Amino acid sequence: MIKVLQYSFYDLIRSRWSYVYFLFYLVLGFALLFLNNSISKAVITLMNVIVVLTPMIGTIFGIMYYYSSREFTELLLAQPLRRRTIFLGQYLGVALSLTLSLVFGLGLPFAFYGLGQSAEMGNFALLLLSGAFLTFIFVALAFIIGLRNDNRIKGFSYAILIWLLLAVIYDGIFLISLIIFEDYPLDKFTLIATMFNPIDLSRILILLKLDISALLGYTGAIFQKFFGTQTGLFTSLGVLIVWTLVPVYFIVRLARKKDF
Amino acid sequence: MIEIKDLHKKFGRLQVLDGVSLQIADQGIFAILGPNGSGKTTLIKSILGMVIPQKGEIYVNGQPVKGQWEYRRQINYLPQIARFPENISVTELLQMIKNLRSQPANDAELIELFGLQGHLHKKLGNLSGGTKQKVNIVLAFMFDSPIFILDEPTTGLDPVSLLRLKDLLRKEKEAGKTILITTHIMDFVETMADEIVFLLEGNIYFKGTLDELKKKSNQQDLEHAIANILAENS
Repeated sequence: MIKVLQYSFYDLIRSRWSYVYFLFYLVLGFALLFLNNSISKAVITLMNVIVVLTPMIGTIFGIMYYYSSREFTELLLAQPLRRRTIFLGQYLGVALSLTLSLVFGLGLPFAFYGLGQSAEMGNFALLLLSGAFLTFIFVALAFIIGLRNDNRIKGFSYAILIWLLLAVIYDGIFLISLIIFEDYPLDKFTLIATMFNPIDLSRILILLKLDISALLGYTGAIFQKFFGTQTGLFTSLGVLIVWTLVPVYFIVRLARKKDF
Repeated sequence: MIEIKDLHKKFGRLQVLDGVSLQIADQGIFAILGPNGSGKTTLIKSILGMVIPQKGEIYVNGQPVKGQWEYRRQINYLPQIARFPENISVTELLQMIKNLRSQPANDAELIELFGLQGHLHKKLGNLSGGTKQKVNIVLAFMFDSPIFILDEPTTGLDPVSLLRLKDLLRKEKEAGKTILITTHIMDFVETMADEIVFLLEGNIYFKGTLDELKKKSNQQDLEHAIANILAENS
């Protein structure tokens, strides 16, 4: 698997898009730091960007890579390799290279700005960690969509839809249902609804860590009330891990049965 | 030796293979013929485990292939369309496959045979169709495996390379290899094939030598024999 991962990884690292993505974060990082003039403020602004953007890049990149590497996949399928090895290798190659672009693209400007000495180190690390989780989750979802759809146009549409659904529409429906059912106790519902959306989950994870009650919002407040800050952090991290492992399991399962 | 027992494959509602049973002995060139959509590529891909049949069994050298992967070490495969990752160079591709298989390979000799020296550092996306096919051939022939599966190996080759390919096939056959070929070039079949397997609508219509096929269809040459079969069954 390591060998397949290596090739996918190098293939991506050398593609123009990885650099674009890396440069984008680099510019974003510097811009935010100079505009906010404070690391902690930049981290909060960054959270809003990361939570929406990494899933989008993950899905689009994931589906693009899946389709554009079909030739490579077919070549590998005829070699003495397990299917699991091939697809997990490719998946990890994509997810890792995107994560590296994120970590270095944002890490460099913050390091220059003196992140090491600031108290925000832990918060910043958690921000990158949740960005990494979102990347791994959404690349996996994109691979599942790719495995299920040989038609690229359909695949791309589903990929964009799933991002739109989880990043935008889900919150809308969630909010509307909170307003409609405001007469009922909604704690449990909120808690569960949040768990089912990795984007909401990572937002809460970061907010809990930043400990900014003003920004926590309803869902964050419920989370804090229910679990307390510490347990809340670990619960949301745990659910994010489940959110990563379940799609990966489906990749393996779908890959095993597919015709090429 | 490849043994196929009662193989069924459906894509959606389309029955592509409908109970194919076939034994392919060791050593020799076996041509798999049939009109477009008769299931040639599906049959080949089933042997390789790329297509998963609904029913039936396949054995390669006595081992069942279902869910297995090690057996592919004994197979060299040339896919129908030479499609490669576009971002990497020819050398990198060859290195990669050698690295993945970790078997000794004689790629240097083949590169020279097909005159690919000048293309080694070009990106695969920039190669012409014929050159890609040559790379495809180098990839398929560089390992010393007992079984060769070649899906339309002649596509896009110039006459010189075609002759070289034929020599290569003869050499491998002499060395005792089992070679499966699908092609639409009847002249190639006539000069190269020891045995013909003719697929029609997902079933084996005929299996035997070239002469037997001509006799069966009362025709002088292979092209007419096959045209005859197709006309009779349409």
